[in-house]
Amino acid sequence: MNWILALIPCLALLAVPAVALGLRARPALAPALALLPATLFGLILLLPLGATFRVDWLSSFGIGFAFRLDGLSQLMALLITGIGTGIFLFSGSYMTSYPKQHRFMAVLTLFMAAMLGAVLADDLIVLFIFWELTSLASFMLIGFEAHKPAARRAAQQGLLVTVSGGLAMLAGILLLGTAAGTFTISEILANRAVLATHAFTPWIIVLVAMGCFAKSAQWPLHMWLPNAMAAPTPVSAYLHSATMVKLGVYLLARLNPAFQEWALWQGLLTGAGTLTMLTGAILALRERDLKRKLAWSTVVALGTLVTLIGLEEPLAATAAVVFLLVHALYKASLFLVAGILDKKAGTRDALMLRGLGRHMPLTAIAALLAALSMAGAPGFIGYMAKDLLFTVQLGVPGLLPVVALLVNAAMVVVAGVVAVRPFFGKPMEMEREAKDPGFTMLAAPLTLAILGLVFGLAPALISVNLVEPAAAAILGEPTGIALGDKQATEIVYYLSLVVLVLGVIAFLAWTRLQPRLAAQTWLDDYGPDAAYGSLLRSVSLISGAVTRRVQTGSLRFYIGATVVLMFGGTLVLLVAGGGLGLPSADPLPLPHQAVLVGLVIAGAVAACRLQMLFAQVMAAAVVGFGVGILFLTLGAADLAFTQFTVETIAIVLLVAILARLPFRELDARRREEHRRDGAIAIGAGVVGFLTLLAVLSVPFDTQMPDWMGAAAWPEAKGRNVVNVILVDFRALDTLGEIAVLLIAALAATVLLRRARGK
Amino acid sequence: MKTSFIMNASARYVLWACVLLSLFVLLRGHNEPGGGFIGGLIGALGFVFHALARGAGATRAVLRLQPLTWAGIGLLCGILAGLPAMLLFGEPFLTQQWLGTTPIGTTVLFDLGVYLVVLGFALAFVLPFMEA
Amino acid sequence: MEFLLALLFGVLLSAAIYLLMARSLARSILGLLLLGNAANIAIIASGRVLGWAPPLVAPGANALVADASNPLPQALVLTAIVISFGLTAYVMVLSWAVWRGKGTVDTEALRVAEPRGLPAADPRDAAEAETLAADLLPTRTGAR
Repeated sequence: MNWILALIPCLALLAVPAVALGLRARPALAPALALLPATLFGLILLLPLGATFRVDWLSSFGIGFAFRLDGLSQLMALLITGIGTGIFLFSGSYMTSYPKQHRFMAVLTLFMAAMLGAVLADDLIVLFIFWELTSLASFMLIGFEAHKPAARRAAQQGLLVTVSGGLAMLAGILLLGTAAGTFTISEILANRAVLATHAFTPWIIVLVAMGCFAKSAQWPLHMWLPNAMAAPTPVSAYLHSATMVKLGVYLLARLNPAFQEWALWQGLLTGAGTLTMLTGAILALRERDLKRKLAWSTVVALGTLVTLIGLEEPLAATAAVVFLLVHALYKASLFLVAGILDKKAGTRDALMLRGLGRHMPLTAIAALLAALSMAGAPGFIGYMAKDLLFTVQLGVPGLLPVVALLVNAAMVVVAGVVAVRPFFGKPMEMEREAKDPGFTMLAAPLTLAILGLVFGLAPALISVNLVEPAAAAILGEPTGIALGDKQATEIVYYLSLVVLVLGVIAFLAWTRLQPRLAAQTWLDDYGPDAAYGSLLRSVSLISGAVTRRVQTGSLRFYIGATVVLMFGGTLVLLVAGGGLGLPSADPLPLPHQAVLVGLVIAGAVAACRLQMLFAQVMAAAVVGFGVGILFLTLGAADLAFTQFTVETIAIVLLVAILARLPFRELDARRREEHRRDGAIAIGAGVVGFLTLLAVLSVPFDTQMPDWMGAAAWPEAKGRNVVNVILVDFRALDTLGEIAVLLIAALAATVLLRRARGK
Repeated sequence: MKTSFIMNASARYVLWACVLLSLFVLLRGHNEPGGGFIGGLIGALGFVFHALARGAGATRAVLRLQPLTWAGIGLLCGILAGLPAMLLFGEPFLTQQWLGTTPIGTTVLFDLGVYLVVLGFALAFVLPFMEA
Repeated sequence: MEFLLALLFGVLLSAAIYLLMARSLARSILGLLLLGNAANIAIIASGRVLGWAPPLVAPGANALVADASNPLPQALVLTAIVISFGLTAYVMVLSWAVWRGKGTVDTEALRVAEPRGLPAADPRDAAEAETLAADLLPTRTGAR
């Protein structure tokens, strides 16, 4: 049975090309694709909690394709596939007007696969890979309408922020794996005592939190999320509210048992979370675009979740789980409603949308139900979430209770503006009368909104099977809290009433409040989004300046700079390391060898000093053949013959090419250039000479030639050891080398053809 | 290209002498100095001489296949030589095998591959510049 | 002998670099030829001069002949000779193609990719830079 666990992400992954090809041929089949997440949803329900599956991958590093289903991953996987079913159904209709719909659906499927892989993974490295895959999918989906500059910018921003965070997280993961001695998450959590005293732990906490904060849009990395609303609405509903942005929260929750006793962990999470909530709430009130408004409220929700995980209290874990579920339900529903309004009424401006209720009654019902859950109306699951939230948040000393009250009031305003205002009041003017969309587009928002009511009326449906296992996974032990029990004390109850009243008053005043907030342009000019822009601008300025300095376009400069750096650096190391020395055991040269070396040196000097190119070629030939004869006297007969034949062919080729070119002109270097280049060249030669001497001063170990000599005949049936090395001992190297030769010949042939073509 | 009568007349014999010599060097390479690299280069030298004397067109006619094709065949030989170990004997790729106790084995095929690649490679560079 | 080889390496290296930095690609090619030789000398030298005889196994024997040289650097250099010929030959063809395309082999004149002056001198670049700058501005949250 457990192999089904690994099958779930694989199945989705394998479906990607099929979706792309199938939908290109038959676009009308798009809504039927919803069967895929629905099937996966069913498969997850089939699996027992605690199911594991493992295939070793890099076993020497303790890395494997390990998957595990516990309460938390089950909750996430069910959200991904459950909401996914609705989103796929919705997109099937919503995206028909877009070109490349098949590509959209394929990337959406890829995203779902990556997401499932990330939440089911029990190995940190595997989780990281899927994590980054979700960032890539998000990039492609935000930038889906790539002809719009805003979409391109948002896609790039989202990718840069989440992937930079991801890099920090990778460093944290590597440290964590080193500290714990394993990358398997369940083992890390089981042996968490090791981490309690480990010196790496503070670094791990900071680095992992950076990755999670970037992914889950925590202050000050939150700016990418509202901008990501440039994506088509189903993406906003699915990736940027219900699932992907929860991945950071998920990992924080997943690792919480290991770090929850660290003050750094608590401070970091509650601090960032609280700031995020506050920022999101203020900017949500300021926004008039429905989708961006919802995005800011998502930022608030993510801040709330991170704060809850940072609080060391059993009730906080349950509150986090319930709120995560509730938020996914109502927020996805509201986003889809915003998409429907955008499509049917032609605008997403909250100030303009009015009186649509009588034209779109079903949409209005979905919106109202979702909004009631969001505002925490009694009878809805949102009420329970709010109840738990207030009880936890108001119990904390410090600023958090005040922030929580204000933020919750702001959320009431958002719920009202997004879901109530557009459907009541004097009907707006429209070119075409708006009406409810068809079943495929209404199914998801209605179902999700109604589920909010159903779970609220019958909390037993999810209490034991879904909420408790997930909360226990966050806490690292059972919580002992049953959903539906009244948690709130009297004072909390009255405070929540105050919040509701405050929210409704602010909602009624919102049309006057919004322009005043919008006038505060400093919020834009000095916010993280502006900082991101200046950062990118300065990066391109600095790299431009450096490039201008370094990339001069002069080949001579490049060679000179490379030589000076390389040999200068070597000289420093050589002198600093005290590596200067003479060969340890040096046989005296035979007289003819000394003469040969002198001849080659003379040839090299002549090649530099002669003026005429052909004379220089001949001098170079003297060097080549001289070196060949030298090889012969050194007992390297094979080399000598190779050198002779290669030199001959090279000279023939060189002369044949030079004969076709006006290469006869003299070296155009000026006198001082000659001097400078000569100085560089001689310097490099001296350093090279000293370096080689230093190498030769180290005693030589003859083990390798001895072994090769002894093995050549018995094992490889060859007496010429050089050839045995080439065709037997190191045959794979030789195969690589002849492949390189073939590639060089291919490249030259292509180059020749193109040059001839001109 | 103007060439001497002697070169023109001797080109064919020099070519075949070179090819024979190169094959001899190739085959004795396992026990004495020689082998695929040197053999291939000596063979190429013969063809280069032929092209100098008679022009590249004549040489291409003798070669029958494009130099690159010869080189490709050579690479194929090199890869094929490595396969028996993997497919028949369960040893790593390119572990050379022999026919019983004879010195004939996959090394010969491998060295022939090197020979052909080097020959084709050198000619692919030189022949285009011998064309009129 | 090893000392002499090191000296030879130094001289060949100097000559190669001096020629590589010439303004004509033809001389750079000669520099490459010499550089290949210098590298091969260095490899042979670092394998030490163990003897003067070729590294063969005598018939009937199971080990290298006495006074044999080191076979491993020889095998490395053998392929290196052919490969460096491949590199040099490719650069020769490339220079020829450059001459056909640009009409010059003076490296100071070959600045197509990085022309003198500022990178934004090209009007297309300037337009691009402006678009990029527009892309980088923050999004106004309150505006429609």
